[in-house]
Amino acid sequence: MSAQFMQYLLTGLTVGAIYALVALGFSIIFNASHVINFAQGEFVMIGGMATVSLVAAGLPYFFAVLLAIAAAALVGLALEKFAIEPARDASVVTLIIITIGASIFLRGLAMVVWDKGFHALRPFTGDTPIAIGGATILPQSLWVLGVTLVIVLVLSWFFGRTLLGKAMLATSHNRLAAQLVGINVRMVLFLSFGLSAALGAIAGILIAPITATSYDIGIMLGLKGFAAAILGGLGSGIGAVVGGLVLGIAETMSAGYLSSAYKDAIAFVIILVVLFFMPSGLFGSRGGERV
Amino acid sequence: MLARLASPRTGGLLALAILIALLPLALPNRYFYDVAILVGLNAIVCVGLNLLIGYAGQISLGHAGFFGLGAYGSAILATRYGWPPLAALLATTLAVALLAYIVGRPILRLKGHYLAMATLGLGIIIFMVLTTEDKFTGGPDGISVVPFSIGGFALQGERIWYWVVGALLLVAVWLALNLIESPAGRALRALHSSEVGAEVVGINAAEHKLMVFVISAVFASVAGSLGAHYSGFVTPAKAAFLHSIELVTMVVFGGLASTYGAVVGAAVLTTLPQLLTSFEDYEMMVFGALMIGTMVFLPRGVVPSIARLLASRRNAVPGDKENSA
Amino acid sequence: MSLLRVDGLEKKFGGVNAVEELSFAIRPGAVFSIIGPNGAGKTTLLNLLTGVYKPSAGRIEFDGHDLTGRAPHEYARHGIARTFQNLQMFFNMSALENVMVGRYMQERCGLLAALLHSPRLARAERACREEAAELMRYVGLQNYLSAASDAMPYGALKRLEIARALATMPKLMLLDEPAAGLNPTEVLELDELIGKLTGRGVTVVLVEHNMRLVMGVSEHILVLDYGRKLAEGPALAVRNDPKVIEAYLGSATTRDGSFGNEVSNAVAVGVEMHR
Repeated sequence: MSAQFMQYLLTGLTVGAIYALVALGFSIIFNASHVINFAQGEFVMIGGMATVSLVAAGLPYFFAVLLAIAAAALVGLALEKFAIEPARDASVVTLIIITIGASIFLRGLAMVVWDKGFHALRPFTGDTPIAIGGATILPQSLWVLGVTLVIVLVLSWFFGRTLLGKAMLATSHNRLAAQLVGINVRMVLFLSFGLSAALGAIAGILIAPITATSYDIGIMLGLKGFAAAILGGLGSGIGAVVGGLVLGIAETMSAGYLSSAYKDAIAFVIILVVLFFMPSGLFGSRGGERV
Repeated sequence: MLARLASPRTGGLLALAILIALLPLALPNRYFYDVAILVGLNAIVCVGLNLLIGYAGQISLGHAGFFGLGAYGSAILATRYGWPPLAALLATTLAVALLAYIVGRPILRLKGHYLAMATLGLGIIIFMVLTTEDKFTGGPDGISVVPFSIGGFALQGERIWYWVVGALLLVAVWLALNLIESPAGRALRALHSSEVGAEVVGINAAEHKLMVFVISAVFASVAGSLGAHYSGFVTPAKAAFLHSIELVTMVVFGGLASTYGAVVGAAVLTTLPQLLTSFEDYEMMVFGALMIGTMVFLPRGVVPSIARLLASRRNAVPGDKENSA
Repeated sequence: MSLLRVDGLEKKFGGVNAVEELSFAIRPGAVFSIIGPNGAGKTTLLNLLTGVYKPSAGRIEFDGHDLTGRAPHEYARHGIARTFQNLQMFFNMSALENVMVGRYMQERCGLLAALLHSPRLARAERACREEAAELMRYVGLQNYLSAASDAMPYGALKRLEIARALATMPKLMLLDEPAAGLNPTEVLELDELIGKLTGRGVTVVLVEHNMRLVMGVSEHILVLDYGRKLAEGPALAVRNDPKVIEAYLGSATTRDGSFGNEVSNAVAVGVEMHR
């Protein structure tokens, strides 16, 4: 394996892990509510930006991170309470506009609270590149991959073993049935937004030391995370992870070997290709309409 | 006679025409004319987009892509290759219609969120191509555009453009209303309500959706071409995701399945940012909050909600129950 | 000469064979009923016969044309109309407009004519309105001519769907449980309406649970069970067929839980048998 290939692979995995976290956020919310949360990317932005300003205000790094995640989770809960819940039974178009409006609002808020510039976050454990098989990887990238792995494991434990997690899964499969067995589906929806926001924030904090953060990084990350979720199959946890990694690798590989100008377009070409040829993605379920 | 006047097609068009004719009396300077022209161009796009979203029940988050293609097509053909602007306009419109036809077929097989994302992807890809192929398109800075001229006579200046755009808006509204009140329009509304119900009475849903998609793309492309000649330059921002969102918001805010609603939506949401420039920093927050607020409190949009309010006042009879859906 | 001919029809959903090796023919002018327990595949069969589902195997021939695998609007164009078990009404339109949509195939106008709204179109629209009103009167909905569809009672909506289906000028009309949710008076009116339809030359296929109605109107009955043909033949023969009796009276409780339905059906059949 050539060193260049290795380099692209490692970079692709790192970026892909971030996409995977964003995609997981999409899937969790989609499962609970069949809403596509266009504001997902903004949680990523909030995570990074909040940490930057908290650290600048003098807080110890670790606490800044925790507080930033909590802040993002609160924003997610507020979003659900004030924007989604009032429009519970609205049409797809309406819900899309609402979450897009929320994303614009949050971006505007970020612009006011912080500023329009780029900010760098200090890496968790220094920035001396590590050599692996002819390629180099930043320590922060290892953090990204490691934390993502841990999160994936924790989430699969949560959804597979805990009562709350199983309740959330049940709601995603059949909302009415879940209600009938006593699951508070509104609480499930509420929590899913908080959880997704936290995931997004973690992604933002992980990536901020590598690519600086600013008030509008949310749009692209959100859209690409969405592409990953669609690729893996909307609503599938494992699909989100696989989709994210595949997208990340595909992006870096094509930027490296084909054209770097269209790197960002890969995600959207993938969206179109997947939707045209296999709309339920790699791991999604096929639905049918009963007439 | 009075009944005819009350119908959307005759009465409404007349009212709109009068409004367009009299508005200049209220416009003090060129800046206001400029805003009015922008409103008109957006309104033309929105009237077409409303056919797709409001009547046919589909969605497009990438319509600015067609607008941008119209703008760049006219710009490049007329400026770089010296084509007569009218020929450039027609050729560009035809090309965009063809693209919409080809891409529309597979895209419109999708529904709901998937359709939304596919159109989003399409719009963004168009935007990226326009930004990246700088040899043709001038890249992120765009290119300048020659004025629109027919037979030596150049359309320049806000006043002339105001009348041109105003007249074209009337034509666009007229065409849209005609379509809606025809069997084809009924077929569209039917397939919006129940696609299978429409299919079993012989309506080819796929064909109808495609037709509306192409028509709305054409409206957007023509508006884009004219906008390019009017402002004298084009940039990729015209095809950006944000512009697509603004257009959808205008349509939904104004009122789905309401042609005049689309015009109102375009008017309000085009002028709003102008009013908000004093709040420059808070503009995005206000815009976002407005989008959320409208959808939560007026999900049908402004014009239908007002119409409903007036109708229920008129019909208010003790014991009369109004069906609110 | 059969109007509709089905050969070896099959429909699989994943591992489930909703319809299996089904073959039958329908002669024009008859009233043909399809009965069977819940889950027997009746609605699936109707969906197959109108192009809503594509068959996994087999052949559907209508009026001499092979329509296997075609789209629903093509079935409609060849003269097959239907109503739905779960009403597929266009609630965003008035009752009259719903029926006007049914006339789509007769009213088709070119795109240019639609965009430019020629005087001819205006006249055609007025005529269409009149025809639709006439159809509504025909099915007994004269009191709802200016009603909004979402303000109509259930029984009226079922008849509206029939009016809409009739507007397509069909040769064959498939009615999916038209008596479901109707009170006995309304069922009698439905019985009469079916008679009117056949009098008009429309061949009617009825999917029904209401055995009294079925026995009252049908010349020919097809019994489905688990997606297969259990019995087929003239009404009298079918209701005396021991296999049919067993399917309704036998292990109904353990099968799909629609015990109540089976009992009432069995009682109805029993009552009929002992007439």
